Amino acid sequence: MDLLNGFVALANFVLIPAIAYGSQLALGALGVTLIYGILRFSNFAHGDTMAVGTMVAVLATWGLQAMGVSLGPLPTALLAIPVGILGATALVLLTDKYVYKFYRAQKAKPVILVIVSMGVMFIYNGLTRIIIGPDDYRFADGERFVISARTFRDMTGLEEGLALRTTQVITVITAIVVVAALFWFLNKTRTGKSMRAFSDNEDLALLSGINPERVVLVTWLIVASLATVAGVLYGLDKSFKAFTYFQLLLPIFAAAIVGGLGNPLGAIAGGFVIAFSEVGITYAWKKVLTYMLPPALEPEGLVQILSTEYKFAVSFVILVIVLLFRPTGLFRGKSL
Amino acid sequence: MRTVLLFAAVAGLILGTGFLQSWNSALLILNMGLISAVMALGVNLQWGLAGLFNVGVMGFVALGGLAVVLISMPPVSAAWQAGGGGILLGLVLGAATIVAAVLVWSRTSGKMRGWGTAAVLLVGLVIYRMVLDPSVEAVEAVDPALAGYLGGLGLPVLLAWPVGGLLAAGAAYVIGKTALGLRSDYLAIATLGIAEIIIAILKNEDWLARGVKNVIGLPRPVPYEVDLQNDPAFVERAAGFGMDATTASTVYVKVEYGLLFAAVLIVLLVLAQLALNSPWGRMMRAIRDNETAARAMGKDVTARHLQVFILGSAICGIAGAMMTTLDGQLTPGSYQPLRYTFLIWVMVIVGGSGNNLGAVLGGFLIWFLWVQVEPMGHLLMSLITAGMADGSWLKDHLLDSVQHMRLLTMGIILLLVLRLNPRGLLPER
Repeated sequence: MDLLNGFVALANFVLIPAIAYGSQLALGALGVTLIYGILRFSNFAHGDTMAVGTMVAVLATWGLQAMGVSLGPLPTALLAIPVGILGATALVLLTDKYVYKFYRAQKAKPVILVIVSMGVMFIYNGLTRIIIGPDDYRFADGERFVISARTFRDMTGLEEGLALRTTQVITVITAIVVVAALFWFLNKTRTGKSMRAFSDNEDLALLSGINPERVVLVTWLIVASLATVAGVLYGLDKSFKAFTYFQLLLPIFAAAIVGGLGNPLGAIAGGFVIAFSEVGITYAWKKVLTYMLPPALEPEGLVQILSTEYKFAVSFVILVIVLLFRPTGLFRGKSL
Repeated sequence: MRTVLLFAAVAGLILGTGFLQSWNSALLILNMGLISAVMALGVNLQWGLAGLFNVGVMGFVALGGLAVVLISMPPVSAAWQAGGGGILLGLVLGAATIVAAVLVWSRTSGKMRGWGTAAVLLVGLVIYRMVLDPSVEAVEAVDPALAGYLGGLGLPVLLAWPVGGLLAAGAAYVIGKTALGLRSDYLAIATLGIAEIIIAILKNEDWLARGVKNVIGLPRPVPYEVDLQNDPAFVERAAGFGMDATTASTVYVKVEYGLLFAAVLIVLLVLAQLALNSPWGRMMRAIRDNETAARAMGKDVTARHLQVFILGSAICGIAGAMMTTLDGQLTPGSYQPLRYTFLIWVMVIVGGSGNNLGAVLGGFLIWFLWVQVEPMGHLLMSLITAGMADGSWLKDHLLDSVQHMRLLTMGIILLLVLRLNPRGLLPER
């Protein structure tokens, strides 16, 4: 019984949050890795692209709520995601046309593009703050829990409750659907194949008649959609704040690099590696250990390896370890 | 010629502020401009001279700020008695753990290697926490409203400036050892991460510098305004200039700060210029322009990179210490990467990467714009919204959003300079 209680506590505080967070990171890291594979630079504006997409979705959600539209138990924001994607796509395509295209034509060095993306980051960040403001916004509505801790306790008679939030379930389901669609697209369609060819060998792809501008266009479309979906899911799960989204840049990059930059499968694995380590290392294990260990070994302290404020340190340390021992990442990305 | 004209133009902008707004705000811009110029000089050394992409400037600046607390604040003796020894012992044990882990890793091989290192780290971590945690709690319990930390050494505050540089240099050595030699994007991500970690440590380790409770009332290298106002000789002299004592004292203090900062800037600028034109500077540029060729010529690229990375970071640390001295307080919550890392980058790029004078110019110009965009934006928004009805939500929203205009403006300036004049206002010669 104690073992079961311990497992429920583990699932409640570590497994479920980490899976949800990992899915969000994976979607973010996929965007970074695609840009890296096809446009060949590290996009520092990715966190703020997520913020812009989410902002449009939040505004649309508020509009829908004002009109009285609702999805019943599901959050209204799901209906607003397409609007957010539209907004983010419009913005990144404009940016590409007026900013990145010039440097692509020049064949500028990747590091110049990184600095350019820094400028874009400033602009997106400013836009988000001007349009919606710098504060914390919650926009989740509908049913809060699929199973609340109390229902679970009543149902099973265990001491520990297992709360499953609607947003967590939606996050995981949406992530699976989006990732499946992405891989189907990359592996089965003509455009997807041309994207992969372009990523593998640009010159060869050009010789075989692939239109580079089309590949770039489709890449931005996909990246904007992924960023918006990731951003909305993260915002539903927690809340929307421009600065938090900027800070997500670090775990997202860590996920993409740990998995191997340029490798979509790696980005997903990296997202979960980062999420599980972050949650696992900053969680106070006392409760779980008290259930799992014999009473004699019961821990005295909280058994928390690092306090929650150090979660950035976790992604960073994992990043450094991977870079030192396997610079191409777990899944052998590109290392130029 | 171009250099002189551009510097004159920026001086004109600051003087204009003095005539149109007030001398206090002009001096405020000048002082922070001097500090920004020092930071830009540090980044320029790394990027302009060596092509290293450091986006962790904020962390080094914050370490400089920490140095001011550690050097200048009086020690809290009750806290030292409560747990000072324990904390020191804990830190030594922590360092010993890392050294032991590195030794195990380098001396063993095969399967035992990974597990052995992991075991050493785990055991070391447990001992470290067992020693450190009770002492930390004891220290933080000492008069938490006013102290709750170990305090500093009680030395003169000016000593904190070089120490700030040393702290930053130490951090840069550790980062450089791990991340240099990897590709440039990885250095960027690594420095971005380390900066966030340094801020997290400052925010959470209350025993070190009170965390988010902030250390206020740091000692100053210049007299206090109140003392000046109570000094009859000073009041008389101020009256001679036709100023009242309050204004005169604030201006006087700012001028003194300005002179101190200017002295540091000039020394660093001269050193940077000498370095740029020395054989060492030529070698650095050769490495930047063609690493492979430089390596073939027998240059130790990684060691040179480490060297210049440490030097540049140390300069950022000095600037950070200067800034915290000027503020008179350490507020870890106020460090934001957009302001302390990316803005410095805008300064270097706009001023002209690779040109020390350019970096200094960029520091002044961009800081001026950063401060003045807000009132300008306000003016613009008032014009736009003049026709709208008072109290309409759009008008209020637009007027509220003015304070975020600076991010947008900085982004546009950076993109325009990169596009139209990628070598900056004062290009490298």
